[in-house]
Amino acid sequence: MTELFQKNIEELHQLLVSKELSAKELTEQTFARIEATEPKVEAFLALNKENAIARATELDNAGIAEGNVLAGIPIGIKDNIVTKEMPTTAASKILENFMSVYDATVVDKVNEAGFISIGKLNMDEFAMGGSTETSYYKKTKNAWDETKVPGGSSGGSAAAVAAGQIPVSLGSDTGGSIRQPAAFNGIVGMKPTYGRISRYGLIAFSSSLDQIGPMTRTVKDNALVLNAISGHDVKDSTSAQLEVPDFTATINEGVKGMKIAVPKEYFAQGVDPEVATAVKEAVKTYEKLGAIVEEVSLPHTKYGVAAYYIIASAEASSNLQRFDGIRYGYRSPEAKNLEEVYVKSRSEGFGEEVKRRIMLGTFSLSAGSYDAYFRKAGKARTLMIQDFENVFAEYDLIMAPTTPTVAFGLGENIDDPITMYMSDVLTIPTNMAGLPGMSIPCGFSQGLPVGLQIIGKPFGEATMYQAAHAFEQATDHHKKLPVILGGN
Amino acid sequence: MPISAEEVNKVAGLSKLELSNAESEVFTQKLQSVIKMVELLEEIDGEGVDATFTVAHNRSVYREDIAVQSNLKEELLARVPETGDGYIKVPAIMDDGEAGA
Repeated sequence: MTELFQKNIEELHQLLVSKELSAKELTEQTFARIEATEPKVEAFLALNKENAIARATELDNAGIAEGNVLAGIPIGIKDNIVTKEMPTTAASKILENFMSVYDATVVDKVNEAGFISIGKLNMDEFAMGGSTETSYYKKTKNAWDETKVPGGSSGGSAAAVAAGQIPVSLGSDTGGSIRQPAAFNGIVGMKPTYGRISRYGLIAFSSSLDQIGPMTRTVKDNALVLNAISGHDVKDSTSAQLEVPDFTATINEGVKGMKIAVPKEYFAQGVDPEVATAVKEAVKTYEKLGAIVEEVSLPHTKYGVAAYYIIASAEASSNLQRFDGIRYGYRSPEAKNLEEVYVKSRSEGFGEEVKRRIMLGTFSLSAGSYDAYFRKAGKARTLMIQDFENVFAEYDLIMAPTTPTVAFGLGENIDDPITMYMSDVLTIPTNMAGLPGMSIPCGFSQGLPVGLQIIGKPFGEATMYQAAHAFEQATDHHKKLPVILGGN
Repeated sequence: MPISAEEVNKVAGLSKLELSNAESEVFTQKLQSVIKMVELLEEIDGEGVDATFTVAHNRSVYREDIAVQSNLKEELLARVPETGDGYIKVPAIMDDGEAGA
């Protein structure tokens, strides 16, 4: 019975086109699957059953065309992307039951593509965290081992796909929040180039770093979803005014002659030896497939986490000022005057991690600290960008581990911010430089998935998919399934 | 540069947050460890390096200033914690807490 929930988009599409399965049946079975598995996974914060079944019925009545590959496919949306049909909470008490008056541009796009929007997915509060444990509402479990974290902040988005609840989800990535949970759950996660996808309707965390991206079971599925959600949007002035290529067009062209750089610093940052071994094996596979692989240096990598926490927190402290208890969201019933509306609403509405980052941000922007912290972090960022430019002058792609370790235990790191922050040490640099980065399954350690990180040139997602697909075709890592999805 | 509990409470105030004594202790300790971590940046020689604060590819984006009728007043007011007569209601601004203003 789990077979249906192991299928990729193209396989589901064939069933829909051949009418072996109607969109309504697929939607109903998706909800039944979620109902059965949710007590173990706890990935969803809201479900959209009535609207989803109505939309699927409409699609069935209109008929699903052969070329309309995304029509009728179930999709889940991270809860920091606003939706009119379902509450959007960003996993925070301060937005409990909040209903947006508009849909995010990516939500409009998934609807236009014919996706069936199934529900909203759990995450770290305001996307601040690496384990989904800072959610105010629930603790999502890793699909491979329910005693482990699913990663974060897009932990719900990753676990739901890995557990077979849905074939596709949307996540967001500020310092690794798509790639790290994708690695921890053995799925494909893409953080596209900054500007590739509109962020209109994404609840802002760190505006110079945030990017939305797709999470899927296969590389080609991922490319198909990116096709549908990319493009310039007048409502987001940071979205790039570029034509969107078909990301599947060159996906079968292989890696012969492709130049791949492997940065030595990405194997030094507390990387577990078994993770390093799995990634080195993956790189060898690329050599066998005809790629030219060479070691390079990205010397400023070690400053990434420090610079990131200054920049991201500074931007967060500014972005989260809008949560003031006045126009929407939680207002403290204890507030007796306007100042107390702000202070008590925010103090009662935000969780500890969010408060800590707001305070770090306020501190680093305050007089006396600005030059030593915020400006210095901006300079570190410039040096990191230059590192990448030097490598990409000679190479097509960079490959490295996605994370230093496999998924860690629930509760293991939550009281230790530094250890938690170091979980993103290998993903943060691409956000700092605005580059596209993805994670694909490349092996296992202690029975848990290991992710291979592929970093591309700005707007070079097609080349990344080409390389990722070649690896997927040559290996079986993505075929191994967690027990909850029929594996053993 | 260690951060004191007093400074933490000052930063909390600037952030429109208040901390209980127990929270203040935890935040001071954790913020200290985070600030110690970010002080790694001190070893960078930033002389002659421009700081980067955006990686957006568009530098300036303008649009025509056209008024658009949104008709969202009722929907927006429905999200407000407290309303009265079609307005957003808040506690008195010139109350005790702001009496000196």
